[in-house]
Amino acid sequence: MSNNKALLEFVLRHGDNNLILGHRISEWCSRGPFLEEDVALTNIALDHIGAARMLLTYAGELEGGKTEDDYAYLRTHEQFTNALLVEQANGDFGDTQARQLFYSAFAYVVYTELKDSKNEMLAAFAAKAIKETMYHLRHCSEWVVRLGDGTEESKQRMQKAIDNLWPYTGDLFATTANDATLVREGIIPDVAALKPRWYDMVKEVVTRATLTMPDANAWMQSGSREGRHTEHLSYLVAEMQAVTRVYPGAKW
Amino acid sequence: MLNVLSYAGLSLALSEKGPQYFYHDYQHINPSADQHIIMGEIHKLPTVSSEILDILKNVNDPEIPVLSVIDMGIVRGVKQTPDSIEVSITPTYSGCPAMDAISKDIHRALTQNGFQNVSVKLVISPAWTTDWISEEGKRKLEEYGIAPPQNSTAEKSVLFGEHKAVRCPRCKSEHTTMISNFGSTACKALWKCEDCKEPFDYFKCI
Repeated sequence: MSNNKALLEFVLRHGDNNLILGHRISEWCSRGPFLEEDVALTNIALDHIGAARMLLTYAGELEGGKTEDDYAYLRTHEQFTNALLVEQANGDFGDTQARQLFYSAFAYVVYTELKDSKNEMLAAFAAKAIKETMYHLRHCSEWVVRLGDGTEESKQRMQKAIDNLWPYTGDLFATTANDATLVREGIIPDVAALKPRWYDMVKEVVTRATLTMPDANAWMQSGSREGRHTEHLSYLVAEMQAVTRVYPGAKW
Repeated sequence: MLNVLSYAGLSLALSEKGPQYFYHDYQHINPSADQHIIMGEIHKLPTVSSEILDILKNVNDPEIPVLSVIDMGIVRGVKQTPDSIEVSITPTYSGCPAMDAISKDIHRALTQNGFQNVSVKLVISPAWTTDWISEEGKRKLEEYGIAPPQNSTAEKSVLFGEHKAVRCPRCKSEHTTMISNFGSTACKALWKCEDCKEPFDYFKCI
């Protein structure tokens, strides 16, 4: 039974990462810098929402009698367990691409291992999601390089985006005692141990973009696994849940 | 009894709200002689009676109306008992918004053809790949103006990769350029032809 609780915690963590990031990126819809990029951002948002639906539906099954909507619409912001990085505001286009690079590289290294999970649902999910993640990762990597190795203005802003978001990357790899149980049983990878692989991937992009890699040992923000979020999350959740809160059970 | 598939792993009941996600793993048990194999390899393929196959061949993807759900390779199994039928479909992309419409269309088509207790469920394993689009489907895509996907192994590099030449569906030139890896639907990229100057959709590989 406690194993089930640990599994639920992991599934919600990754379901929430996808839900909150997908919702955040969807704020770009109709505000992209040009039409093709508007379309790209909303496509990426949709992939994340799709991944969230799979995981939150599975969470509902683990917990029994809950639906994906219960998790998305009926929790308070303190109950979300997503990483701090994904709730950060969109900022300018460079900030959004830096956030995506950090997150997609993280998702890529996690899903690569999760594909071999002994849990069939998690393995199936990862095998599906990794294909989409590769497109996201390539797309944002190309933008980071284009902007970093672009004009003086774009280079300076891309570097600023990388530096500003860097302190939120440590929290991506936060693990709990429950995670350790699942690692021992071959259900999830040891996420913290994947950090060097993630770092090398990010470094390859940042270096190619002629930008400077932040200090790997810099001070990091923390708290998402304990329900401590940055101020950005509550605003996002309030907007995401506005209709459900005012018209509970509304259908169209 | 036409129960040709056995399911292992997790499953959820289909509710009135629409399809729920499933994990499943199916194995063939004694396909009988009147069943047809839709696509090549047996381990990733459902067997279906010709009557049901004909009905499903007339259910089209709402976003790519030139292709049926069979051409797309998204029908993953059919489980039939004397008084019910269950069709399993798999999403192309996780967030594909067409899945709800496709589920309803399949449900409607089978019901209109006299089947009762029709249910449609969504399965996510094995993950859909563009390799499952039939040859017929690829031909129809190109005729419709969408460049068909290349073999999925063609685009494997993770961070940066050279793009393979994609043939313009109109003038057949291979002198083409990618505009964006994301297009009008989750499954397409946007390209343009440098010869005839027309932009076109490319069904990207996954």
